[in-house]
Amino acid sequence: MTTASRSTVSRAEATGRAGHVADVESLRADFPILERTINGQPLVYLDNAATTQKPRPVIEAVRWYYEETNANVHRAVHTLSQQATAAYEGARAKVQRFLNAAESREIIYVRGTTEAINLVAHSFARPRLRPGDEVLISAMEHHSNIVPWQIVTAERGATLRVIPMDRSGDLLLDRYVDLLTDRTRLVSLVHVSNSLGTVNPVAEMIRQAKARGIPVLLDGAQAVAHHRVDVQSLGCDFYACSSHKMFGPTGIGALYGRAELLEEMPPFQGGGDMIRSVTFEQTTYAVLPHKFEAGTPHIAGAVGLGAAIDYLMALDRDSLERHEADVVDYAVERLRAEPGVRLIGCPTRRTGAVSFVMDCAHAHDVGTIVDQAGVAIRTGHHCTQPVMDFFGVPATARASFAFYNTRSDVDALVSALARVRKVFA
Amino acid sequence: MTTDLSDLYQQLIVDHNRNPRNFRVPPDANRTAEGDNPLCGDRITLYLHVEDGRVLDAAFQGSGCAISRASASMMTQAVQGKTEEEAGRLFKAFHTMVTSPATAPPDTGDLGKLAAFAGVRAFPARVKCANLPWHTLHAALAAKTERVSTE
Repeated sequence: MTTASRSTVSRAEATGRAGHVADVESLRADFPILERTINGQPLVYLDNAATTQKPRPVIEAVRWYYEETNANVHRAVHTLSQQATAAYEGARAKVQRFLNAAESREIIYVRGTTEAINLVAHSFARPRLRPGDEVLISAMEHHSNIVPWQIVTAERGATLRVIPMDRSGDLLLDRYVDLLTDRTRLVSLVHVSNSLGTVNPVAEMIRQAKARGIPVLLDGAQAVAHHRVDVQSLGCDFYACSSHKMFGPTGIGALYGRAELLEEMPPFQGGGDMIRSVTFEQTTYAVLPHKFEAGTPHIAGAVGLGAAIDYLMALDRDSLERHEADVVDYAVERLRAEPGVRLIGCPTRRTGAVSFVMDCAHAHDVGTIVDQAGVAIRTGHHCTQPVMDFFGVPATARASFAFYNTRSDVDALVSALARVRKVFA
Repeated sequence: MTTDLSDLYQQLIVDHNRNPRNFRVPPDANRTAEGDNPLCGDRITLYLHVEDGRVLDAAFQGSGCAISRASASMMTQAVQGKTEEEAGRLFKAFHTMVTSPATAPPDTGDLGKLAAFAGVRAFPARVKCANLPWHTLHAALAAKTERVSTE
């Protein structure tokens, strides 16, 4: 599949910015929704940590699938089913390359990061945990990397431990080392924080856990759209991500698991597709990855995810990463200079998200008022209530970025904040 | 549809947000209820002093957005001195007004100043903010103990 024709947009030239921004301006044309107006203003989409927008090749791939290839996978001998299976399994191979997994059978399709974590909690942790054992997470986890562990540790009489963080939004690494003990059965850690933007030093943290023989799961939901991820070089045992946060469709995601561990794990759900043979007395399970994929999967979603990966991998990701870092730095600088605005967290390494509060207005009012200027941001607790409690705020406003955002998007947000001050003056 | 921010953030609402009335804990409160919209972070504790079927005092504590705070402030003023039945009718009238379609003129009936909240109708995501204090009132009048939410 090729990317859609790219028209040159003159906004970069109009604002007189450097060459790499002009490239971004042309990439924006791949995202039809960015042409929309909201409340009579051009859409400024700064809610990418919630979900990213979809480029035309992804939309076309899903449409192509339904128009040309729709059939169930792994079942029939007819041509359509074979083509659907080829597209579905072809996308798995793309996910494998995208994460640099050693084998495609180490990629399990799931509904998203949440389901991936639940799968590991159910099939990996639950059978292993004994009373007194510990699962270690961090103070900046999304609820989806807290609640599954609360459920499974409570059931098994195990304990959930939490790596603390400081006021900057950085994890306390010396405390982390102390928390790795003979009782620790798993470390489940967010790669990039969705509410603070913190990029955790995961390579080093994995090394420290593995030195003690402790397996590590990374929640990569907020990482994969921004950075290249190599699960083999990271050395993690599991890596979870969602398609819709990396320009693909909703309802599909991937769990990477080391084959050796996945082989030992019991199934997550039972049903069709995950079996080798069934009698009323006994069932033998299918081989990896199918053992973990009961029922008809989200085939169109997988095809769309594959297209998103093709799209991303064809881009100059290093240059886009530099561009995005420039835009995020600019956002931090502009927001810090704004009267009555306080940033929540200033992590050592940040990607994607900037959270803030305003003296004059609750985050919800900020969200409504900037929306009237066409600026979409998220307001609330971002499914990280413990982070809100830690910083003593009920909610924050969060601007979150993708490579298609520009400095002018930040300018639009900052201008809209002036309207907030005007309303509450 | 374009909407006007000044319909939502009317001066009266902005004023009650800045200087909420009855933002206190009355010593003789005999009914309390908790309201919580966890997704947006609005929390309210409502205190009523009810005697012989009449609301002698109403006050609140908590944190929330301008709409929920102003709504709580104006509500506590509106129900002071009302019978429980009158307060219940006001709850129904307010609820009906803010959940009616924004395309038609609002039925403001006996709502008086509370008609200022008709502006939320054009902002569907904010209706729950205006409603939270009122649903909390409803629970307090019914002496319900479970926490209220309008999300």
